[in-house]
Amino acid sequence: MNFVKSVAAAVVASCLAVPAMAQAPVKIGFITTLSGPGGYLGADARDAFQLAIDLGGGKLGGTPVQLVVEDDALKPGQGKEITERFMKNEKIKLFTGIIFSNVLAAVAPEVIDNDGVYVSLNAAPSNFAGKECNPNYFVVSWQNDTLHESAGQNATNLGFKKAFVLAPNYQAGKDAIAGFKRFFKGEIAGEIYTRLDQTDFAPEMAQIRAANPDVVFQFHPGGVGIAFARQYQQAGLLGTIPMVVAAPSLDSVILKAVGDAAQGVYVSSHWNADFDNASNKQFVAEFQKKYNRLPTAYAAQGYDAALAIGAALKGTGGKIDDLKAFRTAMLKADFASVRGAFKFGNNQHPVQDWYALRVEKGADGQLALVTKSKVLTNRSDFYAKDCKL
Amino acid sequence: MALLIEQSLNGIQLGFMLFLLAAGLTLIFGIMGVINLAQGSLFMVGAYAAAVVATQTGSYVLAAIAGLAAAAIIGMAMEYLVIRRLYARDHLDQVLATFGLILFFNQMTVILFGRQPLFVRIPPLLDGSVHIVAGVYYPLYRLVIIGVGLLTALGLYILISRTRIGMLIRAGATNREMVRALGVDIRLLYTIVFGLGAMLAGLAGIMTGPISAVQVGMGEQVLILTFVVIVIGGVGSIRGAFVGALIVGIVDTLLRAFLPTLLRHMMASGSEADALAGGISAMGVYLLMAIVLLVRPKGLLPANG
Repeated sequence: MNFVKSVAAAVVASCLAVPAMAQAPVKIGFITTLSGPGGYLGADARDAFQLAIDLGGGKLGGTPVQLVVEDDALKPGQGKEITERFMKNEKIKLFTGIIFSNVLAAVAPEVIDNDGVYVSLNAAPSNFAGKECNPNYFVVSWQNDTLHESAGQNATNLGFKKAFVLAPNYQAGKDAIAGFKRFFKGEIAGEIYTRLDQTDFAPEMAQIRAANPDVVFQFHPGGVGIAFARQYQQAGLLGTIPMVVAAPSLDSVILKAVGDAAQGVYVSSHWNADFDNASNKQFVAEFQKKYNRLPTAYAAQGYDAALAIGAALKGTGGKIDDLKAFRTAMLKADFASVRGAFKFGNNQHPVQDWYALRVEKGADGQLALVTKSKVLTNRSDFYAKDCKL
Repeated sequence: MALLIEQSLNGIQLGFMLFLLAAGLTLIFGIMGVINLAQGSLFMVGAYAAAVVATQTGSYVLAAIAGLAAAAIIGMAMEYLVIRRLYARDHLDQVLATFGLILFFNQMTVILFGRQPLFVRIPPLLDGSVHIVAGVYYPLYRLVIIGVGLLTALGLYILISRTRIGMLIRAGATNREMVRALGVDIRLLYTIVFGLGAMLAGLAGIMTGPISAVQVGMGEQVLILTFVVIVIGGVGSIRGAFVGALIVGIVDTLLRAFLPTLLRHMMASGSEADALAGGISAMGVYLLMAIVLLVRPKGLLPANG
């Protein structure tokens, strides 16, 4: 009798639960850096992600979603604490948003060890791309090294022989220098690890001038990048020693900060606002319409991450309980990326093309990044071979 | 040799920048006994006010005045509304309250100006480089920072040791109740001192603007180094802040500049040497602080003896 009762109760409960489930939106935990000098990076990613949801009428891939945003303040500990709270109290299973690799290193293990899914829209440190790759960890942006491999290849293509390299002393900085050196065929004149919170680069500028290289490669995202670029200009180096960088070291905000002196800087990127595909045109136009500013690559990645998650949700009918099904749907990458060709490699990191850009003055007299040529085609990443997925 | 001179100048310049921040902080602590974590916020207020006025009017003189005034006024308002209630409380309460102020100021700045940084160009008059000795060119603007720092140090010295208000400040620091009993409005005096400290922070903010960017959270980046300066120099002592700031500025810069080369000569692997040098130079000033604390627990030039 008891058995019948409980079965009946279960049936009733599930009948009640199903319509309720269909109504409740899928919550997406969006942990990102919104405060401090790196704050505009997180804000750009968040705004673009929200734009994709709004364009879908509050839905991604036909599934209603709700974005729950919190600021990690670029502190790994804070990121981890938010994750625990999101997972326990809010029952969130799907996470994205992190900009900085050191925060990601604290958050991603917490998510994937507790049967959640992490979809990275920016940070992708080397230690999660190789042996430690995980079926519940996806990257839509790039692997850190690859970003700077493209700069290394670009410098080689441009015929530079002697490079001076600088990056902050944290995982993404080390990945940057490793990536650049892997594809740069010339000699390294000097190598400096700066600090992630550094504001004054005068000593580094003097070192660069003393070493007198052909070219300077540097990786300084967000606020530090602005300070670096301006002081490079103030030290009179911008006109004399060319600079080769990957996209994060010269986004549209930094470009505005440096002004005319940035003309001629060599940039390499997987995305640029001038890419000629329908998805990108719509994205750039809608982003500018809604937020009244140019999107950065962080925004493009945020938008792509939203589209990728949307495609996965569509494939599973809006469910994320069955991680296997979600993963299969995700890996199809059935969405129109703003960067054109996009697919996932065996380590669930992107396989994509890289382009050389240059800072030039447009017809309207405004400085802009202009796409020049392809640097790398269908590039996966260095660590994919160590991943056994 | 040219490199050494240039790097030493860089160190001195960083030192003077730190001094401006540390002087305000140590003045407030030494005289009023308040730990003001929000000093970095006042630094930001000065930078923002100057940046906004410079963009609107194009006048750098007006911008500097606006920056100083904004920092001083907001500083005094902060003292009147919040800090005044904390004099009798212990340091933990002060830290909590002023930490709250940091959050308030940062969020307020985001609401008012957004997260996109503001930019100020170096005033055209101060742009360019100066030829110092054979082969050493140094940016004029950075020389001006050194000059302003020196003038401020001199001005503070005269103010504290040669004027009537300085005498009152010193007296108030030694015995608050006695000064009050003699009929001096000690509350007003404290508000003025706090405003002065805030103005010094604002001055540092104004001058940092053109070098880096004016953005939310810019104060917290320098605040920690400022505390190191104060601990090394001796808490509450302006002379200590001056010496401490120069030591920290020079040590920090020279470690960053020359340690990598030095280690590369000693170690087989270049990359490892660079990574190690990066680590050690980041720790350098904190190590220095620990050593100073071991040898002279009250700092190099403590306020009272």
